[in-house]
Amino acid sequence: MTALLTVQDLRVAYRTARGDVTAVDGVDLEVAPGEVTALVGESGSGKSSVAQSVIGLLASNGRVAGGSIRLGDRELTGLSEREFRSVRGRAIGLVPQDPGNSLNPVATIGANIAEVLRIHGWKDRVKTRARVLELLERVDIDDPETRIRQYPHELSGGMRQRVLIAAAIALEPALVIADEPTSALDVTVQQRVLDLLDRLRSETGTGVLFITHDLAVAAERADRVVVMRNGTVQESGPADRVFSAPQSDYTRTLLTDAPSLTQVVVRNRPRADATDTTGRSGPPVRSDLLVVRDLRQEFPRRGATPLVAVDDVSFRVAVGTTHAIVGESGSGKTTTGRVVAGFARPTAGTVTVGDTEVTALRSRRALRDLRRTTQLVYQNPYGSLDPRQSVRRIVREPLDNFRIGDAAERSDRVAEQLRHVGLAPEIADRLPRELSGGQRQRVAIARALVLEPRLVVLDEAVSALDVTVQAQILRLLARLQEELGLTYVFISHDLAVVRQIADTVSVLRRGVQVEHGTAEQVFDQPEHEYTRQLLAAIPGRAGPASVQPAQPATPAPQEPQEQQEQQEQEAHA
Amino acid sequence: MTAATIATGTLGRSRVAVRLVPGLVLPGLVITVALVAAVFPQLFAHGDPTTSVGTSLQAPSGAHWFGTDSTGRDLYTRVVYGASQSVVGALVAVLVGLVVGTAIGVAAGSAGGVLDDVLMRVVDVLLAIPALLLSLSVVILLGFGTTNAAIAVGVTSIAVFARLSRSEVVRVRVSEYVEAAYGSGGRGVVVLLRHVLPNSLTPVIALAALQFGSAILQISTLGFLGYGAPPPTPEWGLLIAEGRNYVATAWWLTVLPGVVVVLVVLATNRLSQAIRGGVR
Repeated sequence: MTALLTVQDLRVAYRTARGDVTAVDGVDLEVAPGEVTALVGESGSGKSSVAQSVIGLLASNGRVAGGSIRLGDRELTGLSEREFRSVRGRAIGLVPQDPGNSLNPVATIGANIAEVLRIHGWKDRVKTRARVLELLERVDIDDPETRIRQYPHELSGGMRQRVLIAAAIALEPALVIADEPTSALDVTVQQRVLDLLDRLRSETGTGVLFITHDLAVAAERADRVVVMRNGTVQESGPADRVFSAPQSDYTRTLLTDAPSLTQVVVRNRPRADATDTTGRSGPPVRSDLLVVRDLRQEFPRRGATPLVAVDDVSFRVAVGTTHAIVGESGSGKTTTGRVVAGFARPTAGTVTVGDTEVTALRSRRALRDLRRTTQLVYQNPYGSLDPRQSVRRIVREPLDNFRIGDAAERSDRVAEQLRHVGLAPEIADRLPRELSGGQRQRVAIARALVLEPRLVVLDEAVSALDVTVQAQILRLLARLQEELGLTYVFISHDLAVVRQIADTVSVLRRGVQVEHGTAEQVFDQPEHEYTRQLLAAIPGRAGPASVQPAQPATPAPQEPQEQQEQQEQEAHA
Repeated sequence: MTAATIATGTLGRSRVAVRLVPGLVLPGLVITVALVAAVFPQLFAHGDPTTSVGTSLQAPSGAHWFGTDSTGRDLYTRVVYGASQSVVGALVAVLVGLVVGTAIGVAAGSAGGVLDDVLMRVVDVLLAIPALLLSLSVVILLGFGTTNAAIAVGVTSIAVFARLSRSEVVRVRVSEYVEAAYGSGGRGVVVLLRHVLPNSLTPVIALAALQFGSAILQISTLGFLGYGAPPPTPEWGLLIAEGRNYVATAWWLTVLPGVVVVLVVLATNRLSQAIRGGVR
């Protein structure tokens, strides 16, 4: 079988203030008709640059510096913008990453899709409309006659992504480039969108170049896999082979760090459930640090019944354990976390941390005292650190606020805290923008821990991070919990991550707690249909049975602590 | 994705580079000269701006760079000494607008609720009155004179400063790092001073530079209309006003002071852009 797309020795350079920077350095890959080639890599690996070169949409300061890109027997490098326009849409379709921003908000769904057809010379309105309806039907959008007149904001994220897929396949291109097409979607929606892409590919024999950071998704969907890092190919080959017998160290690291494929975090404590009485270091009977009872949060809406964001949620978290709140977007999990951390007052219900009833705190002073026992870590480390303050000042701030110790003592505690979270001392003088995402999240964790709280609410704290960094942070959290006896409320949409770290789990759906129990119960014997759906949607589960990393990659259950530390330190060398 | 990484990596360096581009050297020079002339006019001109030095209405020459006016005073000397009137006046005007406007805006933005509504409605009323009409009313209430004209001009810019600083404070106030600061036990005023103000004032400073230019223009307007400094005082607007009767015979009396005003205003515009662009 001849390849549909052949990329040979591709090099891409970006012009910057410091001269040319090579983002892609000698990449080879092939896409065969009717097959999926997955291009896997973390942020900054150059995977998007490859995709953009293929479709001729590199940023204005980027250029293809060498190599060749052939579609069939046509050379694409060196095409003029004008020539490329006849390739885009007609020969290569693009499914972009963010369905929220990729549709024209002031044009109807019909007009959005018809635009592709119009650009490529479809004049007849009746025929165009018929084609758009046919496309909407093919991407499983119900009631196309109505949808065609709606605007993008009236559709859900998953539906918008379907519309974008419809636009990408409108002219039946031979190749579809899907650039992280499901990263912005909930897991259950992600699965349906990926199934749709699969079906269309098998129906039409289209080749798919699938760009993703998610190894599990690649393992499940791809025929061939190309793993990239820092602009170079680390490994490529048939998916079965790459995942069952990875050749490069980097692929092995990725496999060991992917939460949906392996055990990322080795927790040395026995898994405790709410009634566990065998805690080694704790008191003989584990007491509950956090008790949430019948929590209900309504948001008033103008001219409508109030929106119920959280509806009768109750759970208890024992000292030194992790409780995970799981749900998709809009499930009320973040709202619950904010109430627990004292940032929002619920409509009804109580939250008790230790002896303090958080929901009864009225004065600012009392709420302020709560900060010493309860801290919140945000999802986005780019937004939660003041861009104008150095790491030292950020971590010191809580101590300054509560006037703890003198100047020398505060500096000592900052230094100690930075060491705790695995950051080098010289990082203390840097500004947040000079740090990587993982380092920033470590700073945010250090700030939360410097007051020595007992309860830490982690709101999607690892969701914005690359898998290897995510794994490091998860290990860090597990180590800190063990050393400091911390209690976590871990809010996440990612069940694979939750399984790594949680002792008890609540599953929320549209504000309602549909399931609650120990992690083992929820993952192994889910009682609610929705939990089963969520579990089934974890990518990698339905993948080939061979998707287990080779022996050296699997962390032995008794892997010594030092080795973990080592890995974390290396990542910051 | 890669491009973005590279861009963040070089941000720190490129910001310094922006400050040194040649396009900024000239505006910087113009403003420096104007400021120095405002404080030490004798460095640039040796004569006395109010005494007659020769025949009236001489064309520009080596002895009298800008020529002489209708009573034989050296126009160049008058323009140099006028800098103190105009530039200092503009500084006062900007200061009035900046301090009062920002105070109103920050109070409204950080307090919210009823206070926000009341303050912003007052600002809306201020905005509804044409700037010239407002400054004329104020200057008539306060009495004529350079300082009063400057205050009158400053009052007209209060509304703009208030609106801008309010919107910036509101933007920063809802950011996660401000909430995180409260979460670390910060109190209202401390968080405001430590996080909200530093992160919201950059656009306000840029606006101040922009307003400096337009204040010079507005003060000149008031001077031209006769509400500013009394006649023998060399003030830029007044100079242009005095020269307007001789436009046909002695063009330099209006054109040359006019060019100086235009240069200073353009320079502050350019500077304002650099402040805004350099940080964003």
